[in-house]
Amino acid sequence: MIEIKGVHKSFGDLEVLKGIDLTVNRGEVVSIIGASGSGKSTLLYCINAIESINKGNIIVDGIDVHDKKTDINALRQNLGMVFQQWNSFPHLTVLENAALAPQVVKGFSKEKAEEIATKELKHVGLGDKLHEYPTKMSGGQQQRLAIARALAMEPPYMLFDEVTSALDPELVGEVLDTLRLLRDDGMTMICVTHEIAFAKEVSDKVAFFHEGLIEEIGTPQEVLDNPQKERTQQFLSKVL
Amino acid sequence: MDNYEFHWNVVFDAFPQLLTGAFTTVHVSVLSMLVGIIIAVLLALGKMSETKVFYHIANIWIEIARNTPALFLIYMAYFGLGAYGIHLSPYVSVFSALVFINAGYLAETFRGGFQSIPKTQYSAAKSLGMNNIKVYRYIILPQMFRRIYHPMTNQFVWSILMSSLGILVGMNELSGETQRLQSTSFRTLEFFMVAAVMYYVITKLVLLAADLIAKKVFKGEIS
Amino acid sequence: MNLFTPLSWNDAGFILTGILNTVYISVIAIVVGSLLGLLIGFIRAESNKTVNVFLGAVLDVLRSVPLIIQLILFSTFIGVMGFPLPPFVTGSIILSLYTMAFMSEVFRSGFNSVPVSMVKASRSLGMNYLQTVRYIRIPIGMRAVFPSWIGVALSVIKDSALVSVIGYMELLRTAEQLISRTQQPLMILIGVGLFYFMISYPLSRYGKYIERKMEI
Repeated sequence: MIEIKGVHKSFGDLEVLKGIDLTVNRGEVVSIIGASGSGKSTLLYCINAIESINKGNIIVDGIDVHDKKTDINALRQNLGMVFQQWNSFPHLTVLENAALAPQVVKGFSKEKAEEIATKELKHVGLGDKLHEYPTKMSGGQQQRLAIARALAMEPPYMLFDEVTSALDPELVGEVLDTLRLLRDDGMTMICVTHEIAFAKEVSDKVAFFHEGLIEEIGTPQEVLDNPQKERTQQFLSKVL
Repeated sequence: MDNYEFHWNVVFDAFPQLLTGAFTTVHVSVLSMLVGIIIAVLLALGKMSETKVFYHIANIWIEIARNTPALFLIYMAYFGLGAYGIHLSPYVSVFSALVFINAGYLAETFRGGFQSIPKTQYSAAKSLGMNNIKVYRYIILPQMFRRIYHPMTNQFVWSILMSSLGILVGMNELSGETQRLQSTSFRTLEFFMVAAVMYYVITKLVLLAADLIAKKVFKGEIS
Repeated sequence: MNLFTPLSWNDAGFILTGILNTVYISVIAIVVGSLLGLLIGFIRAESNKTVNVFLGAVLDVLRSVPLIIQLILFSTFIGVMGFPLPPFVTGSIILSLYTMAFMSEVFRSGFNSVPVSMVKASRSLGMNYLQTVRYIRIPIGMRAVFPSWIGVALSVIKDSALVSVIGYMELLRTAEQLISRTQQPLMILIGVGLFYFMISYPLSRYGKYIERKMEI
C-alpha cells in the first residue's frame, strides 16, 4: 500500500504540492489527470524520492520514503518508474538494458537476470529485438523497453509519468496496450496521464489535480462522467 | 635536381638508430598521454567543482595549456626552470610539456563528455534502485567513454607529432635522432624523407589500432 | 626591476621584430590557408568518391607528418634543387599548406551542413548554381563552422613558432637567442608566453561565446 499524507513540495518560492492525501491499495490502478503544472508528475518523483518533500509523509508498505534512515535504493526496487522520455541506455542492447539492474542492484547471476529480462521483454512484445540497440528503435518500442526494464526488477508498484506524451500519435496505442496488459496482470499502478479515455477504461480511481491539490477523486464514473466540481468540468470540457 | 644523387645506403645503415628514435617518440607520447589523462580527470573535476580554489587552479592550467605554443612550454621546462637551478633533460622537458598540454585539452574533453550525458539517464538509473557508484559504473562512464574516445585518439596522434619538437632541445626521439644522423652524413633529404614516412606509418598504425579497439569494445552504436 | 637590467632597448627592438614576424607569418598562413582550404573544401563537398579519396589522402599526409619535418624537408628540397628561398618564404608556403589541410576539413563540413532543402529552395527562387554557392552555401556553411575556424587559426598562430627551425626569426627564436645572450630565461619566456596568451585567450573565448550562441 502506498499512503500519501499531507505532502507539500516547493521549488524555491513556487509551491507545487500544497497538501496531497492519497492512498493506493495493492492491485489498484490510480490515474492522475490535470493541467500541466498542477503537480501530477512532481508527486510521482516524490514517491520515488527523486525529489525531496517539504512536509508530510509518503509511506510504502509501512516504510517512510523520506525518512533519512530509509535505504532509498532498496525501496526504489519496489517502485518501478517509467518516464515521459524513455531514457534507454544507448550503449547497451535491449536485453542488456533490461538485465542490468537485476544483475547489479539485486545481485542476480547474468543468466538469471537475462532470463527475467527476456521474459519481461517478450511480455511487452520486444522478444525479437533482444540483441538490437535501442537507438535504432521507434519511440514506442523504446518506451516499451523502459517498461520492461522497470518490470525486470519485479516491483509490486509501477509509476508511469505521462508515458505517451512524447510519442508520435500512431505509437501511443502500442504503449497503452502494454499498460492494459499490466492491469490485467494485477499490477498496482499510478499513471499520470493525458489520455482521458484510457484513464476511464483502466482505472479503479481517478484523481483530478488542480494547482497542487486534489480537486476531485473517485471512480472513473464519478470523476469523469459526473464531475461535481466546476474546475473538473472545465478541464474535461477542454480535453475531451 | 639533376645534380642531386640520392644515397639511400647510409640511411638504411642507420635504420636501427631511426627505429630506436621512433621507439622513444612512441614512448614519450604514450607516457605523456597516460599521465595527462590522470591529471585531466582531476582538472575536469576541479573545473566542475564548487570550491573556488580547485576551480581556479584547473582553469588556469587549462587556459595556459590551450593558449600557448607547445614549443613555449618545452622551452619553459628546458630553459625556464633552469633559472631555479632545476635542469631537466630534453626527454623530461618534452615529456612535461606534453603532459601539461594533454592534461589541459583532455580536461575540457572529459568535462564536455560528462556534460553531454543527459541528466535523465541519471534519474532513470536511480529509479531502478542503483546507487551513485553503480549509476556511474554502468550508465554514465561507459557512455562518456564512447564520446571522449575519438578526441582522445586525436590527442594521442597530436602528441606523437608534437614530440618532434624534441629536435629543438636535442632530444633523441625520431626527429632529433634524424637530425643527429644527417648532420654526420649530410644526407638531410634522405634522412628526413624516411623520418616523414615513419611518422606517417606510426600515426596510421595508431589510428588503425584505435579503430579496431573501438569496434571490439563499443559494439553499440551511439547517436 | 633588477631582473631587467641586462636587457637593453636594443633587445626590446629585437623582441618586437620577433613579435611582428610571428604576426606576419601567422596572418599570411591563415589567409592563404583559409582561401585554399575553402576551395579544396568546396571541391571535396561537391566531387565524387574517387576525387575525394585522392584529395583526402594528400591532405592526410600533410596532417600526419610533423610540421617541423615538413619545414626541414621542403627547405632542404628547394636548396638541393638549386632554388633556395628565404626562410620567410619557405615558412609561409609550408605553414599555408599545413593550414589549408586543416581548413579544408572545416569548410567541407561547413558546406555539408547546409541542408539540401535550403539549396533547393534557393534554386526554386531562380538562383543559378554559382549564385546559390555565393549567396547561400558559403554564408550559411561558413557561419556554422566559424568556431572551428577560430580553433584552427589559433593553432596556426601557436604552430608558427615551429618555423624557427628553418631559421625564421619569429618570436620564440628571438627569445631563445636573447636567452643565450642574457641568461635571463624565465623573464623572457614569461613575457613571450604572455604575448601568445593575450592573442589566443580572447579569441578562444570569443569562439566559445559564438559556439554557445549558435547552440541556442
